[in-house]
Amino acid sequence: MVSTVKETAEALPGVIEIAWLIPVIPTVCFFLIVFFGKKLKGKGAEIGIAGIVAALALSIPVFFKTIGQLGHKDFHGYSKSVTWMEFGDKEVLELGYRIDGLTVVMLLVVCFVALMVHIYSTAYMKGEVRYTFYYAALSLFTGSMLNLVLANNLLQLLVGWEGVGVCSYLLIGHYWEEKENSNAAIKAFLTTRIGDVGFMFGIFVLFFAAKTFNIQAITEIVEEGHISNTVLTTAALLLFAGAIGKSAQFPLHVWLPDAMAGPTPVSALIHAATMVVAGVYLVARMYTVFHASPDALQVVAIIGAITMLMAALLALIQNDIKRVLAYSTISQLAYMVAALGVGAYTAGVFHIWTHAWFKALLFLGAGSVIHAVHSNNMSDMGGLKDQLPITHKTYLIGCLALAGMPGLAGFWSKDEILTGAFDSATHGSTVGWVVFISASLTAFLTACYSARMYFLTFRGNPKYDTSHVHPHESPAAMTTPLILLAVLAVAGGWIGLPGSWNQFAKWVHFGEEHAVFSFPVAAFGTLLFVGGFALGWAMFHKGKFRFDIKKSPLAWSYKLLENKYYLDDLYMGVIVRPIRDQVSRFAYWTNQNILDAVVNAGGAAALGLGKSLYKNVDQPVIDGAVNGTARITGKIGDTLKFFQTGNVQYYAAVLFIGIGISVAGFLYFN
Amino acid sequence: MPVQWVLLLSAFLFSVGIYGVLARRNAVIVLMSIEVMLNAVNINLVAFNALLQETHLMGQIFALFVITIAAAELGVGLAIVILIYRNRTTVSIDEVSLMKW
Repeated sequence: MVSTVKETAEALPGVIEIAWLIPVIPTVCFFLIVFFGKKLKGKGAEIGIAGIVAALALSIPVFFKTIGQLGHKDFHGYSKSVTWMEFGDKEVLELGYRIDGLTVVMLLVVCFVALMVHIYSTAYMKGEVRYTFYYAALSLFTGSMLNLVLANNLLQLLVGWEGVGVCSYLLIGHYWEEKENSNAAIKAFLTTRIGDVGFMFGIFVLFFAAKTFNIQAITEIVEEGHISNTVLTTAALLLFAGAIGKSAQFPLHVWLPDAMAGPTPVSALIHAATMVVAGVYLVARMYTVFHASPDALQVVAIIGAITMLMAALLALIQNDIKRVLAYSTISQLAYMVAALGVGAYTAGVFHIWTHAWFKALLFLGAGSVIHAVHSNNMSDMGGLKDQLPITHKTYLIGCLALAGMPGLAGFWSKDEILTGAFDSATHGSTVGWVVFISASLTAFLTACYSARMYFLTFRGNPKYDTSHVHPHESPAAMTTPLILLAVLAVAGGWIGLPGSWNQFAKWVHFGEEHAVFSFPVAAFGTLLFVGGFALGWAMFHKGKFRFDIKKSPLAWSYKLLENKYYLDDLYMGVIVRPIRDQVSRFAYWTNQNILDAVVNAGGAAALGLGKSLYKNVDQPVIDGAVNGTARITGKIGDTLKFFQTGNVQYYAAVLFIGIGISVAGFLYFN
Repeated sequence: MPVQWVLLLSAFLFSVGIYGVLARRNAVIVLMSIEVMLNAVNINLVAFNALLQETHLMGQIFALFVITIAAAELGVGLAIVILIYRNRTTVSIDEVSLMKW
C-alpha cells in the first residue's frame, strides 16, 4: 500500500527520533528478567523498574517537545516509520510511531502508573510465588501498551492490543493453583477475544476501503470523503466491538470483576493505565471514522450510557472492596465512551487522564488495606483510620476524586463530560439526553458508593478479628506511590480547568477545540456529589434510612443486582454451556469413531503388512541370500582346502612355478 | 672377464639351490640350499655393480644386507629344525606336514 501520509519533512527533534525506544525498552526488559532475573539480588524487580524509569525519562521530554509544537497551525504530530515487510512491488507494511497530543498524554499516564505499580509491588509481592515472572509480565504488559499507544498503523496497534491481552491473562491468573483464578484468566482472555474478532474485521474493512493500515492516512482519506457512509458505519461498529471487549463495556463487561483474581497492583495497572483504557484509546485514535458515522456514534453513546448506570448500581452492593473498584472502573470507562459518543472528545480523553490517577490510587490503597487485614471483604474491615494513617488519607482523596468533589481531578473531567452531554442534548439529540440523564444518575451513585466504600473501610467499628489481626501501616515502598498518586488525584485535573487555562484542550482536541464550561452544569454536578456522598454517609456510617431490602418490595431488584443481572448465567447457559457441551460431545464422538478408527486401522494395516513382509520377503529373500552365501562359501572352501597340503616343498614349488610363469608372461608380452 | 661367466655361475648356483629346496627331504639340507640361492643373488648383485660402474657401490652394500638377513634367517630356521628334531626325532620335511586342513 502506498502511504499517503505526509511525513514530517524536516528532521525530527532528537528525542522524538528515539521515541521508538519507549515501548522497546520494557519489552527488552521482559526478556532480561526472564533470562537473568532470578540470579539478581532484587529477583528481577530492579530491571523492570529501571526499564520503566527509562521509558518515563524518554516520555517526559517527548511530551514537552510535542506540546510545545501543538500550538502551530499545520502541526499534525510527528510520525516516522520503517518498512516491516514488503509484498510484491508496492505493498508495504510499516512499523512506526506517531506522536501527537493524545499519544503523549497516554505515554505519561502509562509510564507513570506503571512505575508506581512496579515500586509498590516490590513490597506488596515480596515473597510471593513467581515473583520474577510477575515482574517480567509487568514489563511486557507496559511495553505492549506503549506499543499500542505509539503505533502509527492498525496492525502494529493490534500487536500491542493482543500483547496486552496475553499479559493480562498471565497476570490475572498469577495464582493459578486455584482453579477459580485460572478460570478468571481464561474468562478475561476469551471475553475480550470476542471483541477482538470484531476489531480485526474492522481493520480489514478499513484496509479494503482505504488501502492502507496507516492511521493518519485512513484519517485523511475519511476526511476527504472517499469512503461511503455504510462502510464507515460498519468499520466503526466493528472497531467498537473491540473496544467493548477491551474496555469492559456492556455486554462484554463480565470479565473485569472476575479479573480481580490477580494481585492487586496488577488490577491497578489493568484498570488505570493499560488494558481497559486501550479500548477507549482506540475509539479516540480512530475518532475520525466514528465521527463520520453518526449512527455508530449513537451506538457508542448508548452503550456507554447503559454500562455506566448498570455498573454503578452493581458497585453499590458489592462486599469485596476490589469488586467495588472493578465495577467503578467499568462505570467510569463508560463515562469516557459515552463522552466520545456525544462528541465530547477532549472530555473523554481528559477523563482517561484523571481517572488513571485516582483509580490507580484507589487500587493501590485497597491493596494496602488488604495487606493489613488479609481480607478483600469490607465486612472484615472498618475503623482502620488510625492504624493506616497514610493509606487512609490518600484513600479518602481517591474516593473524593472518584466521587467528583469540586477541585479534585475527577470533578473537572466529569463536569466536562456532563457539559458535553448537556450540550448535545440541548442541540436536539435524544441520545444526548439519555447520556446526560444516565451520567447524572451515575455521578450520584458514584458519590454514594464511594462514600460507602470509604466509611465501611476506614470508619466505624473494626469488624476484623481484633484478637488476631493487628493492622499496621504498609512499608514506604507502598505508601510513597500512594502519596504521589494522591497529589496527582488532586492536582491532575488542574491542567483542564475551564476557560482559557485549559491546557488539556489545546493538547487533545478533535477539530475545533471547544472548552465549554457551563456554570449551571457545574453546580448541578456539585449537587450530585454532595447528595450522593451525604446519602452514602448517612446510610452506611450513621445507619439512617436503613431497611432490609430483601424483605422490601424492592427485593427483586436486589436479587437482580446480586446476580449481576443474570448476565453471567445467561452467557454460561445460553452460549458457553451449549456450545461447549456440543463441542465436547462432538469432539469425543470424533475421537472415538473417527480418530480412533483411523489409528486402529493404521495399526492393523501395519501389522498385516509386517506379517506378510516377514513371511514373503524377509524369510525367503533376505535370509535366503545370507544363508545361501554362507553355504556356497563353505562348499568352495571344502573343495579348495585340499590344495593346502602342509608340505613346505610343495608350497615352494608352487611359488617357483608361479614366478616362472610371471617372468615368462612378462618377457612374452613385453 | 666377461660378465656372462659370472652370471652363468650365479644361475648355476641358484638352480642347485632350487633343486635342494624342492627335492631334498632333510631340513638341514633345505636350509643350506636356501643359503646357496641367496649367495647366487649376492654374486649377481656384485657383478652388476661392476658392470654398471656404479660409484656408490650399491650392489656390494645390498649384498652385505642380504648376508646379514641370511644369517638371521638361518638362526631362526636352525632353531625350528632343532625343536622339531627334539619333539619328533626326525628332520624329514615330509613328516612334518602338519599345517594343513
